[in-house]
Amino acid sequence: MLSQQVTTLIDKELKKYPANQRQSAVMAALRFVQDEKSWIATDDMVDIANYLGMQQMAVYEVATFYHMYNLKPMGKHTLTVCTNLSCTLCGSGDSVAYLEKKLGIKMGEVTADGKFGLREGECMGACIDAPLLTLNNKKMCGKLTNEKIDKILADLDGGKA
Amino acid sequence: MINIEIDGKQIETDNGSTVIEAAHKAGIAIPHFCYHKKLSIAANCRMCLVQVEKAPKPLPACATPVTEGMKIFTHSDQAVKAQKGVMEFLLVNHPLDCPICDQGGECMLQDMSVGYGAGHSRYHEEKRVVLGKDIGPLVSAEEMSRCISCTRCVRFGQEVGGQMELGQAFRGEHAEIISFVSSTVDSELSGNMIDLCPVGALTSKPFRYKARSWELSRRRSVSAHDSLGSSLAVHTKNNQVLRVLPIENEAINECWLSDKDRFAYEGLNTPDRLTKPMIKQDGKWLEVEWQVALEYAANALRHIANGAGAEQLGALTTGGSTLEEMYLLQKLVRGMGSDNVDFRLRQADFSADGKQQGAPWLGMAVADFSRADRLLIVGSFLRKDHPLLAARIRQAVKKGLQVSVIHSVDDDLLMPVAHKTVVAPNALVSTLAQLAQAVTAKQTEGMAGSLVSGERVAVMLGNFAQQHPQAAQLHTLAQQIASATKGKLGFLGEAANSVGGYLAQAKPSATGLNASSMLSNPRKAYVLLNVEPELDCANPQQALAAMQGADTVIALTAYKHKALDYADVLLPIAPFTETSGTFVSAEGRVQSFKGAVKPLGEARPAWKVLRVLGNLLKVEGFEFDTSEAVRDEVLKGVDVASNLNNTLAGVEVQATSAASGMQRVSEVPIYATDAIVRRSAPLQATADASTPQVWMHSEELNNIGVKSGMNVKVMQGSGSVKLACHADDKLPKGVVRVAAGHPATAALGAMFGEITVERA
Repeated sequence: MLSQQVTTLIDKELKKYPANQRQSAVMAALRFVQDEKSWIATDDMVDIANYLGMQQMAVYEVATFYHMYNLKPMGKHTLTVCTNLSCTLCGSGDSVAYLEKKLGIKMGEVTADGKFGLREGECMGACIDAPLLTLNNKKMCGKLTNEKIDKILADLDGGKA
Repeated sequence: MINIEIDGKQIETDNGSTVIEAAHKAGIAIPHFCYHKKLSIAANCRMCLVQVEKAPKPLPACATPVTEGMKIFTHSDQAVKAQKGVMEFLLVNHPLDCPICDQGGECMLQDMSVGYGAGHSRYHEEKRVVLGKDIGPLVSAEEMSRCISCTRCVRFGQEVGGQMELGQAFRGEHAEIISFVSSTVDSELSGNMIDLCPVGALTSKPFRYKARSWELSRRRSVSAHDSLGSSLAVHTKNNQVLRVLPIENEAINECWLSDKDRFAYEGLNTPDRLTKPMIKQDGKWLEVEWQVALEYAANALRHIANGAGAEQLGALTTGGSTLEEMYLLQKLVRGMGSDNVDFRLRQADFSADGKQQGAPWLGMAVADFSRADRLLIVGSFLRKDHPLLAARIRQAVKKGLQVSVIHSVDDDLLMPVAHKTVVAPNALVSTLAQLAQAVTAKQTEGMAGSLVSGERVAVMLGNFAQQHPQAAQLHTLAQQIASATKGKLGFLGEAANSVGGYLAQAKPSATGLNASSMLSNPRKAYVLLNVEPELDCANPQQALAAMQGADTVIALTAYKHKALDYADVLLPIAPFTETSGTFVSAEGRVQSFKGAVKPLGEARPAWKVLRVLGNLLKVEGFEFDTSEAVRDEVLKGVDVASNLNNTLAGVEVQATSAASGMQRVSEVPIYATDAIVRRSAPLQATADASTPQVWMHSEELNNIGVKSGMNVKVMQGSGSVKLACHADDKLPKGVVRVAAGHPATAALGAMFGEITVERA
């Protein structure tokens, strides 16, 4: 079941669209669920489909089309490291290696305590800050160095993020 | 109309049409994959790129509207280069497995590749692999690497089938056609995706690896499984039916076919086919020669007629029998002096007999549904009983048709329904009476308002309304509504030849017994033609008791069924693929067909069997050489249209008495309607053919202390069955929904009336 918070947010989103176009809110609805649970289960897609009066498959199409929807648990904090050209030239390979070593997981995996998930991202359009990563698709952290990564992780661990 | 030029040819075409439509109309071929005239435009395969004068680059013909003076080139250098390029890209990931591909020989990609592709590929890297999926017993999606992502199957589901069971998940190189969380495709129209798929990604599961298209002979035939009369082609090899495909007929089935029509053939050659005449002697079944069996049958009938009297003779058949078969059956029985013959086995109310001016029919052409603007459907499991008609209505709804429904269940029709009233079956008459009053009073609100405001109104009575114990009253009320709205009144019709049964006079005239009274006042002898009494009759308990109590039962049947218990003679007859005959569809279309294959074993066309029986019994007028001669005797000089008339007079509508207890609501499940589909293994493996369950309102479940999912004991008359029980809060209270026509519920009584449910 969708939580009260999520349905409230969806209802707010629905006001932007004509009443007979409820499916327009599907991307936002998926985002709200992911913000709440850090990932979107197929059961959530069924709930969204029912709530918006859409076909389940149509929700699934949208959810699988976009890279930023997590379709499996990605931990409390998802770190998405850009591996496109500019970032790679500026050393994102090293950042990834450092992250993998530090967290003890590979790309696409989640730490055993479920705190951190690591995934590969596409260009965020901020190459000036390369190499960079995003936190939960919300906050961008650029000009990564090992020290900076340590700080980011420590802040998250301390619950400040 | 505007003028365009394609390849130098001057063409006048409709304003608003697309380039590909204009070209096809002018007989100019433009290669394409994703474009389909019945589906929305996707323009994602890019195969139909053409050069258009003044356009800087090639344009997709399927998505480019024509404009005045447009000059189009389909074979110019630019167009050919584009087609070649697209073809090369399409083949990049397509496996070169034509020799082991089921589509080989009838594959659009194969044909286009020969016509527009290069002789070799420049792509030497690895091709992508897409894992196969199991999407049910009918459609095979084993080889999804072959998919070229045209999305025809997806659009078919969304637009024609009304439910999006397949979709294109992921994107780019990872895009694949998939069902939601590996669920099956359960649409009753799913087989059309096989036809639509331009490559070998979606193929027919039952037909897989059975034959190549060039090995098959094609015989034109007519659907035997519902009242629509769809045009179809029976494909045969080595005297065996290997598949059934639609024949395009815009007036009936467009280019579609329901799964029932498409896959029923798998039930033709099952191990329980009766291939030799059999008689029972001293409780044992013996296979005998035709001559022996026929004489035995004739003697038995003569014995009863001479001894107990001809009125002790009853003949039953179903609406799936051909016009010729029904005609000869009634002629035989009448020739022996009995008037007891009927084909309306699931009907309960016969009070309209003699009061109706003609054969009940659709009241209009099938194609008229596409033009109607208001439609009232009374008592119909529309999607399951008439899948293709439902699809046509679904399209009409998009063009503004308002559908109103009065029924005892609230199944999803997969289309917007403007108004609906769901009441218990015993309240149907009063509900319809209220509507009739409101319509007559020209009310502007609600369902009545919708109907009154229409210009082309249709009022349709479904199978449920026709099988209802107050069918004649429902008919009268529907007639009032139709006349008050100047609309058409029609019956959707139960079987392929329900209209033909009337034309063949396979029903009692004034003195005879109808299907119901023939079973409630058991006869000493029965002739069964194509009937499985415990599955085909309104009251299976009663039917079976009557058969078991009879002295003689002569069953003309294609299958060894329960008649082995009570019959004395089994005469093997040919199903519709093995005999010539005629079906008269719901819209009154008379369609004759020829046998596609020879009868299996010693089975013979039923009309021939009846003819010989007639001769043996020395009944006058049985000298027929061909089934056409039989048909001509029924129809020659007869204006079929003037015999079709739904006008009913002299039936009084009574305020319905409150019924006691829980009321049964029963549908005949889509894959339980006739002997052939009941035996089709792939159809029986679908979700629609799962064992019937009991459905009740959750409050009613609470009342008897049962939770959803538990087993319950259902009792009716002298029988009871144990079934799983589920809550359906869309059902009215006081109603128990449990399917009829299925072996699991054959021990129960009538399709309507009181029923008891308790904890098992």
